[in-house]
Amino acid sequence: MRAIIKNDQVIDDQWTLLSAEADLDEALRTEQAIIPFALWQEHKSQLQAVKPLGVWLESNQAVEDLAEDLAYFSVVALNFPVFTDGRHFSSARLLRERYAYTGEIRAIGDVARDQLFFMQRCGFDAYAIRADRCPVDALQSLTDFSVTYQAAYDQSLPLYRRRTA
Amino acid sequence: MYIYDNYDQQIVEDRVRQFRDQTRRYFAGELTEDEYLPLRLQNGLYVQRHAPMLRIAVPYGLLASRQLRKLADITRKYDKGYAHITTRTNVQLNWPALENVPDILEELASVQMHAIQTSGNCIRNTTTDQFAGVARDESIDPRPWCEIIRQWSTFHPEFARLPRKFKIAVNGCASDRAAIEVHDIGLEAVHNDAGELGFRVLVGGGLGRTPIVGSCINEFVPWQHLLGYLESILRVYNRFGRRDNKFKARIKILVKALTPTVFAERVAEEWAHLKDGPITLTEAEVQRVSKHFTDPAYLELSDQDQELAALDAEHPGFARWRSRNVVAHKKPGYAAVTLSLKKTGIAPGDVTEKQLDKIADLADQYSFSEVRNTHEQNMVLADVEQRKLFELWEVLREHGFATPNIGLLSDIICCPGGDFCALANAKSIPVAEAIQERFDNLDYLFDIGDLDLNISGCMNACGHHHIGHIGILGVDKKGEEFYQVSLGGSSGREASLGKILGPSFAQDAMPDVISKLIDVYIEQRTEEEHFIDTYKRIGIDKFKERVYASNN
Ligand code: HEM
Ligand code: SF4
Repeated sequence: MRAIIKNDQVIDDQWTLLSAEADLDEALRTEQAIIPFALWQEHKSQLQAVKPLGVWLESNQAVEDLAEDLAYFSVVALNFPVFTDGRHFSSARLLRERYAYTGEIRAIGDVARDQLFFMQRCGFDAYAIRADRCPVDALQSLTDFSVTYQAAYDQSLPLYRRRTA
Repeated sequence: MYIYDNYDQQIVEDRVRQFRDQTRRYFAGELTEDEYLPLRLQNGLYVQRHAPMLRIAVPYGLLASRQLRKLADITRKYDKGYAHITTRTNVQLNWPALENVPDILEELASVQMHAIQTSGNCIRNTTTDQFAGVARDESIDPRPWCEIIRQWSTFHPEFARLPRKFKIAVNGCASDRAAIEVHDIGLEAVHNDAGELGFRVLVGGGLGRTPIVGSCINEFVPWQHLLGYLESILRVYNRFGRRDNKFKARIKILVKALTPTVFAERVAEEWAHLKDGPITLTEAEVQRVSKHFTDPAYLELSDQDQELAALDAEHPGFARWRSRNVVAHKKPGYAAVTLSLKKTGIAPGDVTEKQLDKIADLADQYSFSEVRNTHEQNMVLADVEQRKLFELWEVLREHGFATPNIGLLSDIICCPGGDFCALANAKSIPVAEAIQERFDNLDYLFDIGDLDLNISGCMNACGHHHIGHIGILGVDKKGEEFYQVSLGGSSGREASLGKILGPSFAQDAMPDVISKLIDVYIEQRTEEEHFIDTYKRIGIDKFKERVYASNN
């Protein structure tokens, strides 16, 4: 079992991430599976009854397409093919702020320490840190900054609505 | 000038700590080269030909004298005693050692400075008019808006890993000295018919490999919605901008692919959600920030036209300097003075530590302790009493800042090029120098008149060659350094991109090529025409004929 960061702690992951090639059988067979979004789109009717279920999106898949089905998922995982690809920073904010998703939003793929502070601000609450990196070490970045200017998921008001002289 | 409060200070101090640790992890092998790269880039740290290059942010070009002294100090302690003013009004050090950079950042933080987001794929330093707040033709002071944008864009969590770099410029004047038409976002502060303040928004301008003039996607965004609208644009870009090809990743490519109309619709859809939310700006915040940009304690003076004219008559050098380097000021009895960093033989935009200290003294003595960097790579004392101009001129001459060439051919905008930059195809500084040497006769320079000459060492266009009346671009021709010349670019209102003259030239041919171009202009011009006007009237052919005919 792999260690992940969830709610600012390193814990053992209960979920199994299925690859992009996984088929319906594998999805139905696996307990607590995080399935690729394409599989969900293809076999929605058979998968709807599975509980709990997670889904993951590639960085070019839009959360709008998932919005109506969010109630089926306890986890939405967003894949970072490379850590410099910031598309899912927007996805996470949209999931939280526009679609009011309250389940877990997990960063998967090329996930490393120096992105975590930003990710957390966008609404991520779980991080599957790259296998060759230390999740305990990565925790430290969640507190990189003690003050932030912008409103985001973690802080609903921008600093200009919070400043006290 | 904006003064940090505890919040602002905390953020730069947290950054120093974070970067110190990132650098430690890099040296300890916990971060690979590839992982450290975007982290150091977003802190302005490039690794270049000789050493890392550190780009220090100068938000919208404004510097206080104590900051200048700190910069002078840093160049002495950690570098080789000089600094470079960039075309985006930042300050660059060419020789710091990587392991010293955290200490440099700590020193910068002690004077409310930083290197945050001066490089990398993020929102960069917001730029504006170097005469903001003092220009006679200004309708709205852009500086408070620049600061509001600076704070919004600093460590914006959603836009920390954009497809590519992102540059915003703001203008509030009849003329456009901020080149807003060639930025990713150009903002023009305007009043609508009802007298309300808002912003005209241009998107998708830019130079580099694919130069494009920006398109207006909204004629009037009320000021309360400025940040919400910017956030909408950035979100559309972050999600849909291309990431498969670095050369197609700027927002201009997305705007072009979608068409400006469709792009505007996408932004409007996003904005429909954000509008009137918490990101809406408050009157209180705008006032809080604006308080830092109120007029300094100006004296009640009157214009010194007669006195200055008398001095002109007596001292032709002063007259020349005044006609080029001094501009009108909104306040009677004051003037804005540009210090030329374009003395022949000195790399355009370079200043020594002694000069930095001297400029700090002059700022204290003559201009309320502030200076501005210009995107033309000069510096400005914006609030000088006219009655002290003569005395100031004498001091400036002594220190090498009084070259009366602002806006003339020898006021060359030039990137660091092959002498420093690892991306360069060719050197740019020696070309600038050779041209300056060729045109060192002041009478002739004055006779040629207004002319923007820009040089970039490669198509990244840091020297903005596309918008020079004469643009020079370093190209690689079978491993040798050559130079391509373009004509007819211009920044400002109705910006235009230069047209390529023809096959490129060897470095030693460049002064002759420029001479021939100037000869054609002198022969063809009417009395009131500047170079660009003549070019627009007669077109490129006559220039082309002259330059290439004599090549045979
Ligand atoms: C699931 C796997 C791992 C666990 C549970 C784990 C656990 C820990 C713990 C408990 C600490 C001490 C934190 C502290 O000082 O408070 C630590 C620190 C550290 N770990 Fe790991 N580790 C894991 C994998 C790795 C891997 C794969 C690497 C290297 C590639 C690594 C590199 C480090 C480093 C460099 C530190 C020191 C961090 C610092 O003090 O700044 N760890 N780890
Ligand atoms: S234009 Fe090219 S050579 Fe010049 S500084 Fe930019 S990247 Fe370097």
